[in-house]
Amino acid sequence: MALEKLDVYWPILILMAFGALLVVGALIVSKIISPQKPTELKRQAYECGEDPVGNAWALFNMRFYVIGLIFIIFDVESALMFPVVSVFKKMNEIGRGGLVLVEIVIFLFVLIAGVAYCWRKGDLDWVRSFQTPDKEKES
Amino acid sequence: MNETIVTYFAKFEWYKSLVKALTETFGFNAEPLMVFLFFFLASFIVVNVMALVGGLGTYAERKISADLQMRMGPNRVGPYGLIQFLADGVKFIMKEGIIPKSADTFLFTLAPILCLVGVLGSLTVVPYSSGFILSDLDIGLFFLIGISSLVGLGIFLGGYASNSKWAMLGGMRAAAQIISYEIPVVISALSCVLLAGGLSFTTLIEAQTGFPQGWFIFHNPFTFIGFFVFFVGGLAETNRAPFDLPEAESELVSGYHTEYSGMRFAFFALAEYIEVFVVAGVAVALFLGGYNVPFGLGGDGILGQFLQLGAFFSKTLVLYYVVIWFRWTLPRLRVDHLMTLCWKYLTPIAIFNLIGTGFWLYGFEGKSLFELLFKSGAAATGGGH
Repeated sequence: MALEKLDVYWPILILMAFGALLVVGALIVSKIISPQKPTELKRQAYECGEDPVGNAWALFNMRFYVIGLIFIIFDVESALMFPVVSVFKKMNEIGRGGLVLVEIVIFLFVLIAGVAYCWRKGDLDWVRSFQTPDKEKES
Repeated sequence: MNETIVTYFAKFEWYKSLVKALTETFGFNAEPLMVFLFFFLASFIVVNVMALVGGLGTYAERKISADLQMRMGPNRVGPYGLIQFLADGVKFIMKEGIIPKSADTFLFTLAPILCLVGVLGSLTVVPYSSGFILSDLDIGLFFLIGISSLVGLGIFLGGYASNSKWAMLGGMRAAAQIISYEIPVVISALSCVLLAGGLSFTTLIEAQTGFPQGWFIFHNPFTFIGFFVFFVGGLAETNRAPFDLPEAESELVSGYHTEYSGMRFAFFALAEYIEVFVVAGVAVALFLGGYNVPFGLGGDGILGQFLQLGAFFSKTLVLYYVVIWFRWTLPRLRVDHLMTLCWKYLTPIAIFNLIGTGFWLYGFEGKSLFELLFKSGAAATGGGH
């Protein structure tokens, strides 16, 4: 065997180092050969030509936080799916496919129940209405 | 498993004799050094080719858009304007890199680095041919999904660190979009893992054949839909039109890179074009047969490797063309439609596809639709896999 156990991870390290070096190197070269004349106006944040009002690091729409929460739940569940799914073929060949399939379905049922719950609560709507569905129909 | 480019070269006599000669000259075991050197060279080639792909991607984007809008496109720099991207690069590097006064300088510079590092890291497991895959990790697909999240982080960080309202809105949208669309992408990729029974890209591709009837996209109706879910989700993950909400110029000026100029902006663009290639390449590897060549032409030698490279790149570039074509054909989505499409349509469809594929495999003992329809035909062509 030509490779030690951890040698297969070398390319990841090398490529990521290349990526970082490429950016840093280009920035250094750019710093040397490009003009550097910062002025107050040039360094203002862009706000369509007006003077910037306040700070952009302000309170933000809650929808993004809710989307983030839903994503974490789904992402953990799909990460847990990986091992089950990758042994399915072998289990199917030795006749235990049904067992794995039932496991997958039960697991996905939890996911589906999660989607259904969020859907019912209106968390999947970007512009969430606080009206009841009946009132919405009238208006 | 864990095939790498080095294990491919290690099969040849010249590699062994080279290692032996070096060991005798240096007086210590030269094998680890050779392994590192080969990985370094191969990675160097990949980075350069991919920078070329990214550069030519910007050229192709302009040329194809010009074609679709009956214009000429770039045609002054070099033959057919082919080296336009080099001229752009020179222009970018000569530009003053402006950092806004109110911005977080460190994060502002870190953002493009994270983007490029994430994209280049994901190139490790992209299978170009059976021999030329930098490192075919056992957890290839899992690794790819994990490391490509760095791009989303970089984009969000860029938007946040700028401390500009447009950039902040763009970054927030990008983060919400990228994480949302990851769910349908992962779940539809899982149905391919069901069929192949492994996460490494070699396993996934060897389970398919050179001809379309053996590709996973035509394996059963569920994977057929799954391919489109994967492709749409992948498009949204790279922030390409019609999902380019994070940089919607009609509402957000330029989105997350409003404050970026010069080289820092150039690396965001480069990362985006390489990521389109990665997404197209992964879609080819998972659903469209990857590097498989009909009848296994060319065998295991160098000729076969080049044929496989040709097969992989031609399929990937066709998808690349489709991505650019979409951008200049379809109008942009509205932000609430974007979230509706992801959570109310693509995610349930992807879950349904996964369960459907599982039942198909269990019910038909892993046979594809083609094998079920033409049982005698499969026998006549030698059965394949």
